[in-house]
Amino acid sequence: MEILWSDYAWPTILIVLQCLLIIVPLLVAVAYLTYAERKVMAAMQLRQGPMVVGPFGLLQPFADGLKLFAKETVIPSGANRVVFVIAPMLTFLLSLVAWAVIPFGPGLVLSDINVGVLYLFAISSLGVYGIIMAGWASNSKYAFLGALRSAAQMVSYEVSIGFVMITVLLCAGSLNLSEIVRQQQGAGLFGIFNGYLLTGLLPMGVIFFISALAETNRAPFDLPEGESELVGGYNVEYSAMTFALFFLGEYANMILMSGMTTVLFLGGWLPPIDWAPLYWIPGPIWFALKIAFCLFLFIWVRATLPRYRYDQLMRLGWKVFLPISLLWVVVTAGWLVAFDRLPG
Amino acid sequence: MIVQALAFYLFAAVAVASGVMVISARNPVHSVLFLILAFFNSAGLFVLMGAEFLAMILVVVYVGAVAVLFLFVVMMLDVNFAELRQGFLQYLPIGALIGIVLLAELVLVLGAWVIAPEAQSVAQAPVPSPDLVTNTEALGQIVYTRYAYLFQASGLVLLVAMIGAIVLTLRQRPGVRRQRIGDQVHRRREEVLAIRKVGTGEGV
Repeated sequence: MEILWSDYAWPTILIVLQCLLIIVPLLVAVAYLTYAERKVMAAMQLRQGPMVVGPFGLLQPFADGLKLFAKETVIPSGANRVVFVIAPMLTFLLSLVAWAVIPFGPGLVLSDINVGVLYLFAISSLGVYGIIMAGWASNSKYAFLGALRSAAQMVSYEVSIGFVMITVLLCAGSLNLSEIVRQQQGAGLFGIFNGYLLTGLLPMGVIFFISALAETNRAPFDLPEGESELVGGYNVEYSAMTFALFFLGEYANMILMSGMTTVLFLGGWLPPIDWAPLYWIPGPIWFALKIAFCLFLFIWVRATLPRYRYDQLMRLGWKVFLPISLLWVVVTAGWLVAFDRLPG
Repeated sequence: MIVQALAFYLFAAVAVASGVMVISARNPVHSVLFLILAFFNSAGLFVLMGAEFLAMILVVVYVGAVAVLFLFVVMMLDVNFAELRQGFLQYLPIGALIGIVLLAELVLVLGAWVIAPEAQSVAQAPVPSPDLVTNTEALGQIVYTRYAYLFQASGLVLLVAMIGAIVLTLRQRPGVRRQRIGDQVHRRREEVLAIRKVGTGEGV
């Protein structure tokens, strides 16, 4: 009995508590990301944004959530019921499980695995299934067209994301995310900046961010839900909680992609510069601030740029990003070998 | 240890069950989804064996890329499976015969299976603990040194397959007007724009 408690029950409880410690703030962050998006876009377009529910409209996300929660879940009669219901759950689940390997601070990570980068890549490449299953199971042409577009787009941009990750791995010499962050200490310009962004990896950072926009189906690459031609894309037939799960998953994926940008390029929990007042601030706060900065860029892009045409999107992915990132892998590897800078 | 054993039986059972469902599901899309589940559980088995790199690569390559294309094709194809199933009984005798022959061959081969002494010595060689050498490093040291030529050869095979697929599917249709961005950028104002003074009520 004693062993059962100390070896199995107590660790399980601890793990569940740690998971909750990640998931609850994440869901609150998702709720306030929708609020921040509306507010920031409103400010950019000289509007007010949500102002009615609560002070400055601060309770608006909860009102929206409550509305979705209270509505009726409609399953179309022609739909494939099981797949139709599994698809939103899968999307939501995948957007949560990826957080298991993200380091929030030195040692502050749920699972410090050696292949963290590959795990993230695998999870983000699975994200396409929720969308394609939803589109197919809805048995509706708009949903299906949206799903096909989205799947093609996500598969295309994953390739360049993979190459960008390889260049970072070459410089860091590890697939462990905490180790990658540690390697970025003083890696930037003149050795005073932390993070790979201000090094020769700058173009890769830009490509990664743009690919992240495409991977999360955000503007200007939000063709899957191009409302002018597809009504609402793959989630037209979804209502109430099933729709809410897609919505939550999409925004959690945005935060995840910002987290990945932070870990790979902005130096994770490290302060931007190792100067006195900056490194007194604890790591998780820097991490959150950097994620917030990336999310602001996401919203800024959405408020600024018009939507891409579909063939332009494919051209950008396959004919521009893929050759550039492939070339940069070769250049980085050559540089590391030639100047004997290979880590480890 | 109990947890590992339980996880192993869970992954193995789900993998086998979904493998059976792949061939018995009525709907082809369900078959592909069960195939994905089988891949996933095999990845879980790899993780249990400590081969985390292979597990992740399995998920990235098979689930993330290959199975997506499968799903694409199966969803887009409008195959009449009732018709296909009608031919089932017709082809049963010959199919069963081939199956039995293959089974007999397998039994004959596996019955006389002897592990080569070199292979046995390799298998018995001490494996460094995962704490000392990571999966990635260990694989890289073997693949890029001892098996470098085989590695290059498999790369060539993939290249040939890729070029073959492109050659088979690339069509040059006449009369298609494509957007040529170079042409658009190099257009001069004199070629496309004419400014005329138009008097009131006269037209051009």
